[in-house]
Amino acid sequence: MLRIEGLSAWHGEAQVLRDVDLFVERGEVVTLCGRNGAGKTTLLRCVMGLHGNQTGAVHLDGDDITARKVHQRARRGLGWVPDDRGAYATLTVAEHLTLPPVVGPAPWSLEQVHEAFPALYTRRASPATKLSGGEQQMLALARVLRMGATVLLCDEPTEGLSPLLVQQVGEILRRAKALGVTVLLVEQNIHFATTVADRHYLLAEGRIVGHFDNTDIHSREADLLAHLGI
Amino acid sequence: MSTVVLLTLTGLGLAALYFLVASGLALVFGLADVLNFAHGLFLSVGAYGTWWASGNLPGAGASGWGFVLAVIFGVVCGTVVAALVELVLIRPLYSRTIEQVLVTVGLSLAGVALLQASWGADPRTYPRPQWTQELTEVAGARVPNDRFLLIGAAVIVLAGLLAFLKFTRIGLVIRAGVEDRSMVTALGIDVRRAFTLVFAIGGAAAALAGALGGVYAGSISPTGGSSLLIFGFIVVVIGGMGSVVGAAYAAVAVGLLQQFVNYTSPGLGDICVVALLAIVLLIRPQGITGKVATS
Ligand SMILES: Nc1ncnc2c1ncn2[C@@H]1O[C@H](COP(=O)(O)OP(=O)(O)OP(=O)(O)O)[C@@H](O)[C@H]1O
Ligand SMILES: [Mg+2]
Repeated sequence: MLRIEGLSAWHGEAQVLRDVDLFVERGEVVTLCGRNGAGKTTLLRCVMGLHGNQTGAVHLDGDDITARKVHQRARRGLGWVPDDRGAYATLTVAEHLTLPPVVGPAPWSLEQVHEAFPALYTRRASPATKLSGGEQQMLALARVLRMGATVLLCDEPTEGLSPLLVQQVGEILRRAKALGVTVLLVEQNIHFATTVADRHYLLAEGRIVGHFDNTDIHSREADLLAHLGI
Repeated sequence: MSTVVLLTLTGLGLAALYFLVASGLALVFGLADVLNFAHGLFLSVGAYGTWWASGNLPGAGASGWGFVLAVIFGVVCGTVVAALVELVLIRPLYSRTIEQVLVTVGLSLAGVALLQASWGADPRTYPRPQWTQELTEVAGARVPNDRFLLIGAAVIVLAGLLAFLKFTRIGLVIRAGVEDRSMVTALGIDVRRAFTLVFAIGGAAAALAGALGGVYAGSISPTGGSSLLIFGFIVVVIGGMGSVVGAAYAAVAVGLLQQFVNYTSPGLGDICVVALLAIVLLIRPQGITGKVATS
């Protein structure tokens, strides 16, 4: 499981995360929501080790990984699905799926990936940046599943996708969860969040200000929407 | 007409040297974000290594296979020095740009001083195999063969680099790393391991430029590396700061421009090259291709 303790982070002088504590149990899907600029992306980058200026601790399966380098964290099972989708112009779709090493006990085979994401098979020889936004998102997810990552850090995977594609992302996440994968999901779409996640953290100005499960999220919707500024 | 042919082939020969210097600089900068001012040292090591071997290494000489062996020796020296520079001096300084610049500039100065101390500041006559000094007639022009040697070597290095980047696993990692290094590390790959290799490859290409540049010029001197390095940097910037193919295009543009302008107005060629650099930076600040290893 993933546990974050007392995490603070800065961009230059500005503090963007303040003493954040959160945890995600093994096999759980937990969302992190909050309005633009709340610090969600920074939080995921801190977990991945990509953000330099931070204090606090990150534990993975009981081990403190705070001092670990980025590639070592990935090797321990963290799968990063960035908000910009991380597609390479000089690599074909097929090369994206062979680039990362296998890091977990249950990596998806190429056949499984192609069966779940048929578009990635038809477009396997295209440069990845020529894919549509939705296809690039699928590729980013397929890549970490192919690695066998056990903890996915997904940064707004549904942003800008059509409702049909949003449903597909939901299916993939539910399928991963069924296989025991843990997911920390940054998500602005509350409705989508309740269809895939077990619990939800609300982040505002770098602080965790709310913690809901799927039953009280509806009763406290007004509170939540106010925080999200919708 | 024959003048145009001669100028073109001589320009392409120079372009070949620039490309050999620039390809390594481009990969090192593209992947590791290191502005390697010591790159000229690798070139000098290649030149002096070849020169030394042709006179002292058993089996090596100034002509035929003996000269090939001398060049191989020079290239191996350049490769080893480049790898050691990365391992010992650059590795502790990644992401510390100022220190890197200081260390690589200092190293290039120290290299020049060391070469001077060992073999003197004066130019040394360089071994030139007979064949390279003979002329071949092309469309009415009588062209020295060393031009073809330079062009052939650069084409082989270009093709080899592209095949390496395209078809090997480490080439895949390098292409991805040039584009977005932190994403590659987030996929569980320790890109730094590839840095030494890229330095070694760049060192080999620069050393080859040194070895063949000596044939072209007829002599070598301790400071010869730095002037070629300047054009190497210009080519890298015009080409796109990380692109091997961009470096090839830019090298051809710079080599031809320099030759033709110097023919019509002696001495103006270098100024025109700098003007070309300024124009490219104004119109396409990302260079011809942008930061992409193979396109
Ligand atoms: N590179 C940066 N340099 C300086 N400040 C930054 C940088 N990136 C983000 N910030 C600031 O840090 C704060 C948190 O940003 P972050 O990207 O983590 O928010 P977010 O919750 O992911 O927002 P969004 O919903 O827009 O993706 C914001 O105030 C933002 O302006
Ligand atoms: Mg964000």
